[in-house]
Amino acid sequence: MRYDGSPDVSDAIVQVENLKKSYGPVEAVRGVSFEVREGEVFGLLGPNGAGKTTTVEILEGLRRPDDGHVRVCGLDPQRSGTAFKQEIGAVLQSTALPDLMRVDEALALFSSFYARRRNTEELIKRFGLEEKRKARYMHLSGGQKQRLALALALVNEPRVVFLDEPTAGLDPQVRREIYDIIEELKRDCKTILLTTHYIEEAERLCDRVAIIDHGKVMALGTPRELKARSAGTTRIQVRLARAAQDGALEKLEGVADCRQFEDSYVLHSRRPPQTIVALVKHLEAEDNELHSLEIAAPSLEDVFIEMTGRRLRE
Amino acid sequence: MRNTWILTAIRMRLALRNKAFFFFSVVMPLMFLFFFATVFGKGESSRVAYSLGQVLALTVMGSFWGLSVQLVIFRERGILRRFHLAPVAAFELLASSVIANYILVFPTIIVEFLLARWVFHMTQWGNLAGAFVLVSLGAVTFSALGLIVASVTNNMQETQVICNIVWMGFLFLSGATVPLPIFPVFMQRAALFVPATYLVTGLQKVLVRGDRLSTLGPDIFALLICFVFGLIVSVQLFRWEPEERLPGRAKLWAAAAVIPFLLLGAWEISHGGHRSEFISTFPSAPSR
Repeated sequence: MRYDGSPDVSDAIVQVENLKKSYGPVEAVRGVSFEVREGEVFGLLGPNGAGKTTTVEILEGLRRPDDGHVRVCGLDPQRSGTAFKQEIGAVLQSTALPDLMRVDEALALFSSFYARRRNTEELIKRFGLEEKRKARYMHLSGGQKQRLALALALVNEPRVVFLDEPTAGLDPQVRREIYDIIEELKRDCKTILLTTHYIEEAERLCDRVAIIDHGKVMALGTPRELKARSAGTTRIQVRLARAAQDGALEKLEGVADCRQFEDSYVLHSRRPPQTIVALVKHLEAEDNELHSLEIAAPSLEDVFIEMTGRRLRE
Repeated sequence: MRNTWILTAIRMRLALRNKAFFFFSVVMPLMFLFFFATVFGKGESSRVAYSLGQVLALTVMGSFWGLSVQLVIFRERGILRRFHLAPVAAFELLASSVIANYILVFPTIIVEFLLARWVFHMTQWGNLAGAFVLVSLGAVTFSALGLIVASVTNNMQETQVICNIVWMGFLFLSGATVPLPIFPVFMQRAALFVPATYLVTGLQKVLVRGDRLSTLGPDIFALLICFVFGLIVSVQLFRWEPEERLPGRAKLWAAAAVIPFLLLGAWEISHGGHRSEFISTFPSAPSR
């Protein structure tokens, strides 16, 4: 990777190095670095306020970085102007269209700004908007607005698509519909940079994930690589009638790590059967009760918890 | 330039679907016409022409409110940032709103002329070419002033406060609603510093007396300079993002757009002139 103006020899289509951005005294992004390869679905996974949106909006050219180097398709988003905008498509986290604009008008309008254009009729069909073709933006449901936003992101056949929390606030059914669309884009080998705080979204859709928190990349790799960091442990989540004594659960047999979250405890165990037996005995001795117990293989959330001590949605 | 025309077309289409636009840009000006022509016109042709000048100015000045509020709504709702992603420049976006407004104002202006002539018995047309030039200049100048307000305010609340204050000045200190000859002398003098006064009196002169454009040089020049400054300042201060804030001193740029009117007002007061004379008396008889 070269940032000195010499020809770009990396196969990365998005390059971010030591990116920094502050809003007054708040450091939103504190030295973020990563690369996205062509045809890859890359995820930025982190809680709200982690710096995901700021990072993506800098890559989209909407915000100016304080420091660091950014290249998208070999272009500087701040300096390359129209040439840069021709290459990208995006679904923004907070945006809208004029209330009275119709679906077909919006697609025709935005496609008309670009040199390279997709057939808007094809997009309407692909995103299941045929029945809403003449509907005004104000009359669309949340899911329909999001499908329109995805269609608008593709009107110019972009080389890189940025999806900032594309399913935030949508109900599970609509969320699955959006997943199907993104998987379709993935099959078309589109380069996608996705931000999310949904574990299942990152695990299902992303080839590689950067876990980001407090403006820094905490870990980066494929979901499998990241989960391998918790290899050898099983996640046991329990809810008790009363809070356990400090440090008591950590001492149970096989427990590698124990953290408390509101009304539940998450234990990572190397020997789950022994841990469960020890847990039951401990509760009996303490005259405490077990309200629920869930056992699962470690997820990306466990990786996040291990690194930050917090849950993604805290 | 291509994007400007594309945006102009869509803005016009959206405006024509908007009931509020229809009410404020068509119904309300026509209500003013009926009210003024009845109360002030009293069936006398020159007085109807005088009132028509007021109504045309009000119709044209409406763009001040419309454009400023629309731009702030677009910014606050994140609509502008969607356009920012596309290869669209701030100038194209602003110019399209001025052009769309300019085109949309003319049907109402024509209806007002025809009603004044056929319903309220205005017997002469006045200097139609002069009226066309002043309406055109007024439409783009007051659009630009609206864009300046949108550029210097940070949210809708601020926009409404500033628009209301400025709009009150435009309405009541320019002769657009209350004829200036009714005012005491000190208020007539204050009116000489209000941009709207030059539009209202300019229109009244060309409609009532059929004045040639050559006699309205300073008025036209002031409106033109205000438009150019207004557009430049609003492009310079344009913000795509709702949370972007403007430094306090940048707001002073807005004052640049009204400098021509301050100079004209000061000149008029110190030297006296036909404008001062015009705003102190009602027209007595038609010129032709």
